[in-house]
Parts: sequence; C-alpha cells; structure tokens
Amino acid sequence: MNSKAANNVATGVIYALVVAVVGILVFLLGYILITGVPHVSFHFLTSAAESFKSGGGIRDQLFNSLYLLVLTLLISFPIALGSGIYLSEYAPNNWFTNIIRTAIEVLSSLPSVVVGLFGYLLFVIKFNLGFSILAGAIALTFFNLPLLTRSIEESLEDVPDLQREAGLSLGLSRWKTITGIVFPAALPGILTGIILSAGRVFGEAAALIYTAGQSAPMVSYSNWNPFSPASFLNPMRPAETLAVHIWKVNTEGVTPDALQISSGASAVLIVVILLFNLGARFLGNWVYKRMTAAK
Amino acid sequence: MQDYSFDEKHIVHIPTEKALTTEDLQVYYGKNHAMTDASLEFPRYRITALIGASGSGKSTYLRSLNRMNDAIATVEGKIIYRDTDINSKKINVYEVRKHISMVFQRPNPFAKSIRENITFALKRNGIKDKAELEYRVENSLKSAALWDEVKDDLDKSALALSGGQQQRLCIARCVAMKPDILLLDEPASALDPISTAKIEETLKQLRKSYSIIIVTHNMQQASRIADYTAFFHMGHVLEYDKTENIFTNPEIKATEDYISGNFG
Amino acid sequence: MEGIKPEANDKLKMDGIKKELRNPSKATHQDYFGKTISYICIAFVGLLVLSILYFITTRGLATFTQDHVSLWAFLSGSNWNPGMLDSHGNPEIGALPMIVTSFSVTVLAALVATPFAIGVALFMTEISPRRGTKFLQPVIELLVGIPSVVYGFIGLSVIVPLIRHAFGGTGFGILAGTIVLFVMVLPTITSLSIDSIRSVPMYYRSASLALGATRWQTIHKVVLRAATPGILTAIIFGMARAFGEALAVQMVIGNATLMPHGLLTPSSTLTSQLTTGIGNTTMGTLPNNALWSLALILLLMSLVFNIIVRIIGKRGSLK
Repeated sequence: MNSKAANNVATGVIYALVVAVVGILVFLLGYILITGVPHVSFHFLTSAAESFKSGGGIRDQLFNSLYLLVLTLLISFPIALGSGIYLSEYAPNNWFTNIIRTAIEVLSSLPSVVVGLFGYLLFVIKFNLGFSILAGAIALTFFNLPLLTRSIEESLEDVPDLQREAGLSLGLSRWKTITGIVFPAALPGILTGIILSAGRVFGEAAALIYTAGQSAPMVSYSNWNPFSPASFLNPMRPAETLAVHIWKVNTEGVTPDALQISSGASAVLIVVILLFNLGARFLGNWVYKRMTAAK
Repeated sequence: MQDYSFDEKHIVHIPTEKALTTEDLQVYYGKNHAMTDASLEFPRYRITALIGASGSGKSTYLRSLNRMNDAIATVEGKIIYRDTDINSKKINVYEVRKHISMVFQRPNPFAKSIRENITFALKRNGIKDKAELEYRVENSLKSAALWDEVKDDLDKSALALSGGQQQRLCIARCVAMKPDILLLDEPASALDPISTAKIEETLKQLRKSYSIIIVTHNMQQASRIADYTAFFHMGHVLEYDKTENIFTNPEIKATEDYISGNFG
Repeated sequence: MEGIKPEANDKLKMDGIKKELRNPSKATHQDYFGKTISYICIAFVGLLVLSILYFITTRGLATFTQDHVSLWAFLSGSNWNPGMLDSHGNPEIGALPMIVTSFSVTVLAALVATPFAIGVALFMTEISPRRGTKFLQPVIELLVGIPSVVYGFIGLSVIVPLIRHAFGGTGFGILAGTIVLFVMVLPTITSLSIDSIRSVPMYYRSASLALGATRWQTIHKVVLRAATPGILTAIIFGMARAFGEALAVQMVIGNATLMPHGLLTPSSTLTSQLTTGIGNTTMGTLPNNALWSLALILLLMSLVFNIIVRIIGKRGSLK
C-alpha cells in the first residue's frame, strides 16, 4: 500500500471512530430521553416514592438532591476558594506547596466510593451523625474539593499579573487586590467551574449510599424548622438522592415499575445536568460581557 | 557593541530639593546581578528620564523604587524618601506605594467602570465622602487630559476605552491617590503617536505638582519632556545630568554612542 | 492642596508620613488576615487527605493485624466467604477474584477506548480543528456529565439483555462491565490526549509536511510519537477512573464473588463488592474488616496510578 492510500485509509478510520463516538452519545441521550420523558409527569415529580407497588414518584429524591447540592456548595466553595487563592496567589515555590499539590492530585483521583466510605467511617460511625444529609454533604465536599479548587486556581491564574501590579502599585494590600480586583476578574471562570462541579455533585451516588443513606423518610414540606426531625430542612435526617434512587430501584428489584422509574429519573437527572452545562456557558459569557462591554 | 568601562561615570548632584535618592542600589534576580551601584538623586517637581537599551536595567531599577520587585528580586542598598530608608524590611510597603505610585508599560485598567477604576483604591483607603470622590474623579481625569473624552461615560467599562485612553486612565488612577512621586515604565511604548503626544502633554502638566521618573526607550521623548536624564548600560548607571547636557554634550563615550544610534 | 505648601505645614506632613512608613497600617492587617485564611483552607485540604489515608489504611490493615489473616492468603485465595472457615479453620477471604475482575475490566475498557479516544483527538487537532472543537468538545463534555448511575442503568437495561441474547448466559459479567466502562473512560482519555497532541509544536508538523510526508505519515511518525507520553498519561488516568468506578460496574457485573471464567460469567470487582457488602456487615467484625482491606487495595492502586503518571511525566520531560 503506498503512502497516499494509507493516508486515505487512516483518514477514513478516524472519521469512522468519530462517527462512532458521536453515535454513542446520540444513542445514550436518545435512549434516556425517549424512554424516560414519557414517564415524567407532574404526578411523577410531585409524589413520594413507592417501594413495593408501582406508580411512585421522585419528589423527595429530587428535593434531597437539590438540598444536598446547595449544602455541598455552601461548604465546599469557601474552602475551595481559600485553597485556590493560596495556590494561585500565595503559594511559595517550596516543598510544602509541592506536597499540597500532590495531596490535591491524590484526592482528585481517589475513587468516590473510597471517599464515601471515609465519610461513613468518620462521620456516620465515629462522630455518630448517622446516615444524614450533613454527612452526605461533607462526603460530597471531599469529593468536590480537589476539582473545584483547581478550577478556581486556574481562573485566578488566568487574570494577568498586570492587574495585581496595578492594585499593589496603588498601595492596596495583596488581600484587597485579590478580593477586589483579581477575584472579580476571575469570576466568569469561577462561576463556570462551580456550575460544572454542581453537575458532578448532582449526579454522584457512590459517595452517598453510605453517608446520606438510601432511605427517604416522610418529611413535611410545610415545617420550616430545620431542627425538627420531620422538617424537610432538617440536615440530620437520612436522604436518598435521585442518583441513589436510580441505583437502588435497579439493584434491589422489589419495585415493580423499576424500569419506568429509572428511565424517568435518569431523564430528569440528565436534563438537570444539561441545564447546568448550558447554564455554565451562558452565565460565564454573560458575566464576562457585563464586565467588559459598555454598560 | 563594543565594551565600555563601568568605572568611567558622570553623575551630577541635584542642587534643588530632592524627591528621592538611591544609594548603592543593587538588584539581584537569583544569582544574576541585574543592577550595580545605582546612586541617583531625583529632583522634586521635575521629570527625570531613564534611558538605555533593552536589558540595561532601567525598568528593574524603576520597579525597585516602590518595592514592586520585592517578590521576584533581592534589592540591596538605600532608597531614601523623606529622610527614611524605605528599602527595609521594617517599612510598610503599602504606605510606600501610596506615596510612590506606578504606571506600567501596558495599560492595565481594572475590569470595572471608569469611575470605579479611580474610586476603587480611594474607597479602600478610607475616603467615603461622595463629594470628595466625585471631585477626585473629575480632577484626576482632568489632570490626565481624559475628562472631556469620558465625562459622559463614567459608568462604562474601562476596557471599552482605546489603548491610549486606558493608559491615561491608569495615570489618572494614580494621580487620584495624590502621591508624591509618579513612576512610569515606558508608558507610551504600546501606543500610537497621537496617544503618545497626549501622554507627554499630560506629563508636562503633572510636573507642576508631582515628581516624575519615567523609563523610556524613545530618546526623542526623553529630550522633549525630561529635565534630567540618566543613561543605563548593562546594569550600571553611566551618566546622569541635565537632559540638554546628555543630548548635546555627553561626557561618556557609551552615552554618546547610544544617543547617536550606534547601538541599542 | 496642589502647588508649593508653606514650610511649616510641609514639615508636619512629613513627620506624619515618616511615621506611616514605619508602622503597620490597615493594609498590613488585611494581608495578614487574608494569608491566614488561605493557609487555613489549604491546611484543611492537606489534613483531609492525610486523614483519608490514615483511616482507610488502619481499617484496611485490621484484617491482618487483628484477625491475623495472612496477606498472601488474602491476595491469592480465590474463595471469598468471610463469614465461613475453610477446611483448615482459616476464614475464607481470598480477594483474588475481585482483584482479577477489577484489573480485567480496567485493562479491557482502556484497550477498547484508546483507539476511539485517539481517533477523536486526532480529528479535533489535526484533521478539522475548527469544526472538531465546535461539535466534538460538547460531545465530550456531555459524556463526562452523564452520571455513573445512568451509565449503569443503561448497561443494565440495554447492554446486559443484548449480551444475553447474543451469547446466552445471564448477560452479567466482565464483558458488560467493559462496555459500560469503555464509554465512561472515553471522555477522560480523549480530552487528555487532545491536550497532549495540541502541545506538540506546530513546526514539527510543518517540517514533516515540507519534506513531502502525507498527513497520516506526519501524524503517525511525528505527532503521535511526540505526544506518546501525554497519551500514556491519558490512558492511565482513564484506567484510574475505571478501576475506581463503583455503581455503574456494580449494576452490570453480576456480583458473584467467583473467579471469572471468561467474559460472560457473573463476577465481582473490588468496588462492587464494597458497595454491596459494607451495609450488610457489622463494624469491627472480620467480614467488615475484609471489606476495608478491599478499600485499601483501591486506595493503594489509586496512589500507584498517580505514581505511574508522575514517572511518565518525568521521563517524558527529559526527552
């Protein structure tokens, strides 16, 4: 085979591989949406789950997922921001920084089930929190921290040094320069990073099955007292999320309409994550435009 | 380029009031000795130009004057400002920079509105009074000859301005802080001739109330605006004198060769 | 304010400035405050990693230190039945079936995914950078975004029945696990390969093309060769993801703690055994400790993958 023919064959193979990958994605999304969307109804979204008979909904699971997401971001964002600021602004080039960077790499490559088990061991067992939203949010924070930290660090580093020099040369402290000039300039990137991490947190299940638990007890949505055990806001109650629910109805096999429920729940999960992805792009661009263009 | 002796120097003393003095200033980047024995006196309410080829150490020297080099270089020797050696660990660098402010080679306005670019540092230094802030915005933009161009667009993003306008905004931002000394690091090198002329005009006006030290690789610019000029060569200051003396009757061979365009 | 000031006034102002220059100001305190906060955050992250390593390690070692199971028996035994004793009176905790299954699905998934990943990466970098980035970048991002339980669910409801029809048996097993993991590691390997191919300097390509090489010769002999360390790193990261993936695999692997006899028999990975088992055992008992030992293997393998990436990075940068 001459080199010209080899070139054509190779190009053809590459095209075929690309088509295959696109095909896989189209199949995945198509399958979930086509089998799932017909099951998504107002009733499905607003009624409680059933274990042993069909017709159950995902109201509590959906709320739990969102509540856990909010709590997780509330805990992880400040820590990730502080760590990102350390790495991008203060970190001296020495052994300590190297160790920290390695530690973050290790944390980001740990299987989420291991992170979940650590959360189970430390919070559920040792600190006696039991299966709870709080334990789940902490486990998800551990899972979320390394990637969020890195994305914040990168966004901060993308801000040109000239901006920092401008602040410093006006007699501002480094801290005010960071919070008042560098951080706002990095905001589009940071927001994108947060939203993308929200998508990851929303779909995560392995870290949750032994921390937030696999049951969704009845809660009252009119009880706004977070310290009352029956309140939907109580962070100490066990809370099965949407992703965990999909896993559970499929593995336990006692729910008669497991297939329909999983399809519907998967469709909801995917749609929410798609919205996050689109939102990340849109919001990042929007904030950037607002900051640069004429008001 | 031929080798010139670093022992042969011509450095004058300033007869009038001094704004800033350096004594035996040394700058090291790691082991690299970037600036050797720089001893200069800068006159108050005058413009001093620092000229020399790329890599001659003029920018390094300028950035040392308000301690902007702290993070990347080691600076030894004395920098005397108001009878105080400000090149000391005990000195509060943030206070130094309030009095000795810097404008950089590339315009670096904040990603905020024109007004906020000026008020940002003021507010953080405790100026809360609205009228005072308004006054300073207008006044500083006027001193930088930018007021007429932007007075109706103060709430627009500073990034929407042209390069030359951005640079004048950066000057206004420094002026609003009412520093003593303005350091400018090739402020016009990234700009077109018209913007450059406007900046030069601005500096001539500012000279009445500020002491200005400007790094430039443009010798015409130095001769047009500077009262005094220092010639830097390979990390040494070889000649420092009144600008007309430097350009018409240089004492040192290296200076003569540089201004007549033999190298650089 | 501007202009020359009276002498006395100037003198007063000067003394004030001198004092300010020597004393800490609000800015100094702000900086101290900010630095402290950022150090606390980073110390928290460091401490977190240390405590994960510490807790998983001590729990994972309990099988050997408290229950006196021999490490060799644990790693080489092929019967997993932690509640039972074998004919010699030793507990049956041979983790070999899980170890073999975990490695099988990981290696197979990476083997299948790599050609696809490199194909997509080459398309996006060499063949059609503009269109490729516009259409394939979102494809990759969406593949990353799909949660692992959804992959597991599709595996369970599509792949497993398909295998059952095609090959008989239950459909659960290494093959199903491999197919699911292949799609899951594909975006990881692809996006890291793209980075590494993009970082091959443009003049390598121009030089090769100028010598009359075809595009494929250039890609094959120059670009891919220069990007090899990066692509290897990408594959290792993909393997790390596959090795640690729990729920998607657990849903399609069959969860029988048996030595796999081929790709079609139900078996169990380290992660699937962990997720199924932890809830059914009591803390501190041997069956529970044995599961923590599986978690320790996962942790150690994740460290090993990290170290391999570092070694590749070092050798790659030396060249």
